[in-house]
Amino acid sequence: MKKLFQLLFMVTPTIALAQQTNSVEMADGLFASGKIYVVVASLAIVLLGLFAYLIYLDKKFSK
Amino acid sequence: MVSWWKILCIACLTFALIGGFLLPVPALPILHESIRNLYYHVPMWFTMMFLMSVSLYHSIKFLSSNQIRHDLWADLSARISMVFGTLGLLTGMLWARHTWTAWWVNDTKLNGSAITMLAYLAYFVLRNSMDEPQKRARISAVYNVFAYVFMLVFIMVLPRLNDSLHPGNGGNPGFVSYDLDNTMRMVFYPAVLGFILLSWWILRLRIAMSDHKTPTE
Repeated sequence: MKKLFQLLFMVTPTIALAQQTNSVEMADGLFASGKIYVVVASLAIVLLGLFAYLIYLDKKFSK
Repeated sequence: MVSWWKILCIACLTFALIGGFLLPVPALPILHESIRNLYYHVPMWFTMMFLMSVSLYHSIKFLSSNQIRHDLWADLSARISMVFGTLGLLTGMLWARHTWTAWWVNDTKLNGSAITMLAYLAYFVLRNSMDEPQKRARISAVYNVFAYVFMLVFIMVLPRLNDSLHPGNGGNPGFVSYDLDNTMRMVFYPAVLGFILLSWWILRLRIAMSDHKTPTE
């Protein structure tokens, strides 16, 4: 019983230390500065431009 | 011509773009923000497979009915599937360069997807080798069935049997079903639907353009 408690006392701090620190870098800077909206806006312009072209072709070739 | 599914397509893809960049994603090591590529890279392959299925369907319909119209559909849907396959390869290579530091690795799924593309390119080579429409349609339809089976084996079966770096294979968490974060699912599913609808729109347009040039019955 005593040996069991000794074992537990030794193992517990190790388990406490064996956690991963949550510090994966993400693009927080782009979000904070608002630059992400510039990215989204430019890509939205590209996408909607392509859709406009698609709709133009659609009108031209479908009855 | 305004259709509900065309509007849905535009809505889904606009949401996939805006939500794809602005909505939060899990902060995972190695991937960082590139995890967002999931919304664009994976749908390319799903769309390619969808179009290959359409092509297969029309090849089989031609073989049973001999109506040349099905051959047109089989050919054009296969051609557009190549566009999406190429985009899948390019987006994948970009992602690989960023996360695995190599544009390409000797991996079952990567090699399998490249071989699948080659198998379908061979379909076009085969078609071009024949002038007579009925013969061309029949022989290429038979080949199309084999090419589809190759695709299933190289993309779906073999990667599951071998070790792999690619997400979803070799014991890596896949970004689908139970491995996928709920916020990501919210963008991912509309993205898949949007790109599939887009490919259908493009296919129908290509058919209409072909009819405009050379009407078939």
